[in-house]
Amino acid sequence: MFPEYDVIVVGGGHAGCEAAVAAANLGSKVMLATMNMQTIAQMSCNPAMGGVAKGQIVREVDALGGYSGIVTDHTMIQFRMLNRSKGPAMWSPRAQSDRMLFAQKWRMLLEAHPNVDFWQEMVKGIVVKDGRVVGVRTGMGLEIPAKSVVLTNGTFLNGLIHIGEKQFGGGRAGEKAATGITEQLLELGFESGRMKTGTPPRVDGRSLDWDAMELQPGDEKPGKFSYTDTPKMAKQRPCHVTYTNKKVHDMLKTGFERSPMFNGRIRGLGPRYCPSIEDKIDRFADRDRHQLFVEPEGWDTIEVYVNGFSSSLPEDVQFEAMRLIPGFENAKMFRPGYAIEYDYFPPVQLRSSLETRLVKNLFFAGQINGTTGYEEAACQGLMAGFNAHLAVAEEEPFILERSEAYIGVLIDDLVTKGTEEPYRMFTSRAEYRILLRQDNADIRLTPIAEKMGVKDMAQRMEKVQTKQEAAKEIEKYFKNTSADPNLVNGYLESVGSKPLSQKVKLRQVLVRPHVSIEGLRGVMPELDNILNNYINENIEYAEVEMKYAGYITKEQEMVDKMNRLESVRLYENFDYASVTALSAEAREKLARLKPRTIGQASRISGVSPSDISVLLVHVGR
Amino acid sequence: MANSNYIPGDTIVALATPQGVGAIGVIRLSGPKAIAICDSVFYGKQLSEQASHTIHFGTIRSDEGNVIDEVLVSLFIAPKSYTKENVVEISGHGSPYILQQIIQILIKKGARMAQPGEFTLRAFLNGQMDLSQAEAVADLIAANSQASHQIAMQQMRGGISTEIQKLRRELIDFAALIELELDFGEEDVEFADRKKLENLIIKIKNLLQTLMDSFRLGNALKEGINTVIAGRPNAGKSTLLNALLQEDRAIVSDIAGTTRDLIEEILNIDGITFRLIDTAGLREATDTIEAIGIKKTLEKVNQSSILVYVYDSFDLEPPQVKEDIAKLYKEGMKVLIIGNKSDMIENMYNQQALQYDKYYKEKYQKENWGGIHKEFEERGFLHIKEVSAKTNRNIILIKRYLINLAIGDGLTANQTIVANSRHYEALSGAHQSLDQALTNLQSGITGDFVAMDIRHALNYLGEITGEISTDDLLDSIFTRFCIGK
Repeated sequence: MFPEYDVIVVGGGHAGCEAAVAAANLGSKVMLATMNMQTIAQMSCNPAMGGVAKGQIVREVDALGGYSGIVTDHTMIQFRMLNRSKGPAMWSPRAQSDRMLFAQKWRMLLEAHPNVDFWQEMVKGIVVKDGRVVGVRTGMGLEIPAKSVVLTNGTFLNGLIHIGEKQFGGGRAGEKAATGITEQLLELGFESGRMKTGTPPRVDGRSLDWDAMELQPGDEKPGKFSYTDTPKMAKQRPCHVTYTNKKVHDMLKTGFERSPMFNGRIRGLGPRYCPSIEDKIDRFADRDRHQLFVEPEGWDTIEVYVNGFSSSLPEDVQFEAMRLIPGFENAKMFRPGYAIEYDYFPPVQLRSSLETRLVKNLFFAGQINGTTGYEEAACQGLMAGFNAHLAVAEEEPFILERSEAYIGVLIDDLVTKGTEEPYRMFTSRAEYRILLRQDNADIRLTPIAEKMGVKDMAQRMEKVQTKQEAAKEIEKYFKNTSADPNLVNGYLESVGSKPLSQKVKLRQVLVRPHVSIEGLRGVMPELDNILNNYINENIEYAEVEMKYAGYITKEQEMVDKMNRLESVRLYENFDYASVTALSAEAREKLARLKPRTIGQASRISGVSPSDISVLLVHVGR
Repeated sequence: MANSNYIPGDTIVALATPQGVGAIGVIRLSGPKAIAICDSVFYGKQLSEQASHTIHFGTIRSDEGNVIDEVLVSLFIAPKSYTKENVVEISGHGSPYILQQIIQILIKKGARMAQPGEFTLRAFLNGQMDLSQAEAVADLIAANSQASHQIAMQQMRGGISTEIQKLRRELIDFAALIELELDFGEEDVEFADRKKLENLIIKIKNLLQTLMDSFRLGNALKEGINTVIAGRPNAGKSTLLNALLQEDRAIVSDIAGTTRDLIEEILNIDGITFRLIDTAGLREATDTIEAIGIKKTLEKVNQSSILVYVYDSFDLEPPQVKEDIAKLYKEGMKVLIIGNKSDMIENMYNQQALQYDKYYKEKYQKENWGGIHKEFEERGFLHIKEVSAKTNRNIILIKRYLINLAIGDGLTANQTIVANSRHYEALSGAHQSLDQALTNLQSGITGDFVAMDIRHALNYLGEITGEISTDDLLDSIFTRFCIGK
């Protein structure tokens, strides 16, 4: 009934979808197996993509040929560039999407791909032969043969939903949990753990008093995620901001006794940075209010997402407390918030390629690895998809370094340090964030993807080349052209910069704080003329590269310094047990985690600087 | 260790005491076969059957059965030894020839000549000590005074690492404040205001500065404190020098090697080393070689941290003293002024039955010293007026003052002192990064760039505790070790 697939992707969420297209775009024959084809690419939590550090990841996924950025661009209803007031490495795109359109667009893209087949049924297990995965087994008992398998089970593995004292099995509200896979993987020798996450209530937008809340509009000039020619949004829908208060908190507290969070019924560890409302009240007792973002779920729907009010308190308490929030006095609830517990597999059991150490050609991506977030899931899916294809083709795995991409930081953190709580990306996790900007993800990554053989990269490469040439030409102009004090002094003074007493090269003027190309071209007609030849995105890139050249160079030097450790390879069969010089803890951890490089070894907790020096001596450095 | 051929399985041997003739010489073996190799040449008890930490008398004999030396053999069985390997120490008679003979025969039996620093390398590799401790061993070996020994010991016990960890903690906490604003700009949390951040960074910079300041002292204690003795001809410099050195004759020596051209003596007072440079030789250059020597001496004078100016209190007028000191004084120098030949005044008093007190007051205090003395005091110059190098009058006071000048109130029992120039460089690097961070904060540049400087500062600190360890670093550390620890 089934041909032998190159890659079977189990799960159709953000990780699964990206994994399927990544493998398919490298030429693999892919099957996407999902319990329900109607819920492909569901935004199970808030209807938004991007955010600080996450937005950079979406840009990276796009630059590598993934589809998350394209889908978001086609379906967004609001766009904001966060952190605009900070340096360019901090600028982070974030978009609200129309939840239904988002899922629909993804499904259409998948359906349009000739290399992707579908199968709707629960996968109950994998088929393993001689330590290598050779297919999956379904609920009906069917075996689908494959050369590699990517598991992206999300919160479905033994998912358990909690609302107050009620609890029921489920992978998402109204959807069955997946069983069998955890049990089989444990038998194969994997270790599993339990994590917890939560989601807030959905409410009826018609029942809210919008005037009682602060308006939060999108950017005047909305940006987008994809480097390709996706459409620009013509209109936007605003979000709203409101706050909880003492009365809300007191009402919520009446439900604490019946809360699964506090009575110990939930064992899994939840994220500290995305706590439930009851957690916030409990842990930050001195705060008398908490911020809530009221987000529309789409262009036309009346469904509204109450971001910041995630809860697993009994539904009646959620409801009563909600009605004490300004603007929510008459709120009608569509469904209460809930907490969900699910199985994950500590990611230290993976190689940097996301392949499991125990079973060859078996890959994990997304929440199964202990991460949280669509973006984190999507980028792992993409990388697992690439590497599943490469494994089948018996080629070297595709690994991004920490200095190349947030994706590299994320995966390296996962496989070397593991994670105790749901892992979310932050810019501070990256050592070299000045280099990992949203404006240069294409420059960093598109050429790598093209070289790897990802389909349809020609147009993207052309854009990359145009961008680099534009930046060079603009820089040359700024280097060779002087700013005339008569023209620019008015502008300089207006931004609090000292006026020029004589002609100064434009480049020198640009590096001053608060001075921008936008401001300079406003007072220099000739510059404006020249820049009219370039698209804004390329001008912006050129500006960042010039204005922050000093910092970028400094950061690059740090990378080069560290790369001397990153480039020292450690082989998987290295016999750590024989190196008695290592501390017992380091020996055990190195033997278990098998780092690829000395650099990676140095980041393993419990491996001390002395241990690293010992390793350096042993590898002959 | 770029060219290291570290083979953990072999046994190394080296002379553990300094080259040269001494009463005894110690040869050390380390490695799995240390005991067996020694057994094969040692005539006495069967060493392999003896307990750890025991000493055995016997003879070392050649293959032909000739006695090479009578020795004491100390056993340290793994892991209870410096290198955590089996270690044997053979104490023989100090003749270089005999010691060489013993080493030769041990090598013949399977030991390998140790490379410089290899014993300590093994101690380090076997987890006996961390990186900064290993460095401290190098300092300990080179330590030629009690004070520098103390610093090295304190470092070995992890003093500097603890201090840096503390600093790191502070910096990481600070960085967290900045990161908060970057990663959670959208959240409804209160961000630290710039003024508060500035104050914090200044506080951390001050902590760094304290450690950096200790380097000058630490380095001085380790290397010895350059002290120049100056004064006009016949002021009695040489006599004074001899008076100072007298009690310490045993540890006084000419400095060997390149420094031989300098007229330099080493004085040890209460465990602190002073390198005394006598400027007497400065005026006698007659040929080029001597001129080079004088140039070096002058450089030394310029680098000196203490100037001891000696004048003939019978002969010289205070304004002349002031004039001379102005010529010799360099910014940052500490000054001790010594009025020598007080014995002559006393003699005069005895011979001429003059009222000594009266004479003294008239000649030195009332008439001439008044204003000059006050000026010296204000500049922190110490002045001992009644010294007689000839009769040893106030020599002890001079020593006490010298110590005072050397360490001031800078050396308390538990103070962490930076004595290693690699540490100092790293601290300066961190300090510079923090300077940059502060400038950036004040200029209103965004937090991400401030954070970058903080990270660089953290990287610098990591270089001390070894958290960033490069092969260069190890190379430099291990090549600095002298053989046999």
